[in-house]
Amino acid sequence: MAKTVLMQGNEACVEGALAAGMRFYAGYPITPSTEIAEVSALRLPQVGGKFIQMEDEIASIACAIGASVSGVKSMTATSGPGFSLKQENLGYACLAEIPLVVVDVQRSGPSTGLPTSPSQGDVMMAKWGTHGDHPMIAIAPSSVKECYELAIRCFNLSEKYRTPVLFLMDEIIGHLREGIEIPDKVEIVNRPTVVNPHPKRPAYAPTDDLIPAMAPFGKGQRYNITGLLHDESGFPTNDTEIAGALVTRLMKKIDNNYDDIVQVEETLMDDAKVAVFCFGGTARAAKSAVETARAKGIKCGMFRPITIWPFAEKELAKAMKGVKKIIVAEHNYGQLVNEVRRVVGPEKRIEFIGKVDGTVITPDEILAKIEEA
Amino acid sequence: MAKMEIRLAGSGGQGIILATVILAEAAIIAGKHTAQSQSYGPEARGGACKAEVIVSDTEIGFTKVQTPTFLMALTQKSLDKYSKNLPKDCLVLIDEGLSVPQNLDGYKVIKLPILSTAAEKVGRLMTANIVAVAAINGLLKLVDDESLKTAVFMHIPKGTEALNEKALNEGFKLIENGGNQ
Repeated sequence: MAKTVLMQGNEACVEGALAAGMRFYAGYPITPSTEIAEVSALRLPQVGGKFIQMEDEIASIACAIGASVSGVKSMTATSGPGFSLKQENLGYACLAEIPLVVVDVQRSGPSTGLPTSPSQGDVMMAKWGTHGDHPMIAIAPSSVKECYELAIRCFNLSEKYRTPVLFLMDEIIGHLREGIEIPDKVEIVNRPTVVNPHPKRPAYAPTDDLIPAMAPFGKGQRYNITGLLHDESGFPTNDTEIAGALVTRLMKKIDNNYDDIVQVEETLMDDAKVAVFCFGGTARAAKSAVETARAKGIKCGMFRPITIWPFAEKELAKAMKGVKKIIVAEHNYGQLVNEVRRVVGPEKRIEFIGKVDGTVITPDEILAKIEEA
Repeated sequence: MAKMEIRLAGSGGQGIILATVILAEAAIIAGKHTAQSQSYGPEARGGACKAEVIVSDTEIGFTKVQTPTFLMALTQKSLDKYSKNLPKDCLVLIDEGLSVPQNLDGYKVIKLPILSTAAEKVGRLMTANIVAVAAINGLLKLVDDESLKTAVFMHIPKGTEALNEKALNEGFKLIENGGNQ
């Protein structure tokens, strides 16, 4: 292990992306994600990669998609308003099965909102922002260390499953500076590829794992990429059987690999009667609150989904079995709390802490709910 | 060392955020745990700006300052805004040009000529944040002076080392000479 260095969350995200093999970044800067563009602009040329600032957020994701199709690991980063703009092309990448990492450092909304204030209001947009049924993987870090490690995981999952992955950061973690040890070696996954493909090979012919191998565009095989539902050759079709099979395959390639994709952190949950459910930056307040509650003799734990989508329903249901009261804390008006309700059922007591004023949920606020009779 | 929760306030452009980054960097160099964050409006210059750094011997959960152990303010506006509801044992450092608001009655408030030292003795007002980090370290004994100097040199433009070293030394002197309490 190398020595500990001081790093900002946004910066660690870029370093993790580079370690994972990112060699192309296209973006349009926006607070609080701007440092991701700045550090990418500085670091990519040092490792033989390319950085481009586009005219807007739509062009940025389009550019990153194009680069990825050519075989280069690509990323774009933004915040809420820009994330809204990227939704159309995000759906395109889902359907065309193009590996890509999209970072959203969430800030207060709606619209341009409070540009410099924290929020976790894009959770449901991450899942449903682009139209139609589509698979989605979203991951949320709660430390600078995780910004690094999970950025790598985003790339690895994206490559493995040929699908865009959302890195759902927030202002609290993106702008936080703390110590981090950069590991000497990390595990890297590369997309399934075909070497010297036959010119007439069906570009979207799936293998047993439902993930077609990807020929880098321009190398040995011409194929069609479209946002229309398509057959295995990649060309559009109105055949209902093929259409249904394609959308089903896209959903299943993620559903079938739930156990590989979903990660959670459980702290002091074994004997917990009270549980705090939180994610991303909010987990830092929750952990402090849980420690204080434990010191006061309250059997309290924390459940944190690291993977936000797919939702960690198996783990959550199991962890909450013996729990009498769940406190859900998130920086929004109530988004993931509805997923928690769906999983634990209508009988279980849920207390909600939400904030939409741009301030941060504090350990004291969570502790007060823990102690409430 | 007990956990130190440090809040610095000033006007956007005074280098308040950088001052906390330098303190955080120095803490890492000295082998401590740290968390640094900031709160600011959309404007790049002017406005009240707040930056925070926590320094601790143990791992840090919540990353924001909850119960400040130390507050420094360089402008009246930021002092008035960020000095409310401080714990009684919070140490307050302000520039000597500022007046102490009523809500700080009964608090230990130290006045030091940070801005004038930067402007006159160092010769550049923009070094006020470096004068400040030296004074803060002198007061709080967060890290050894050498770690602080290394941290400062990591975060300044090349060619400004002599100027910033002078600012550091003038800041140390402010504490060695006692400061007006």
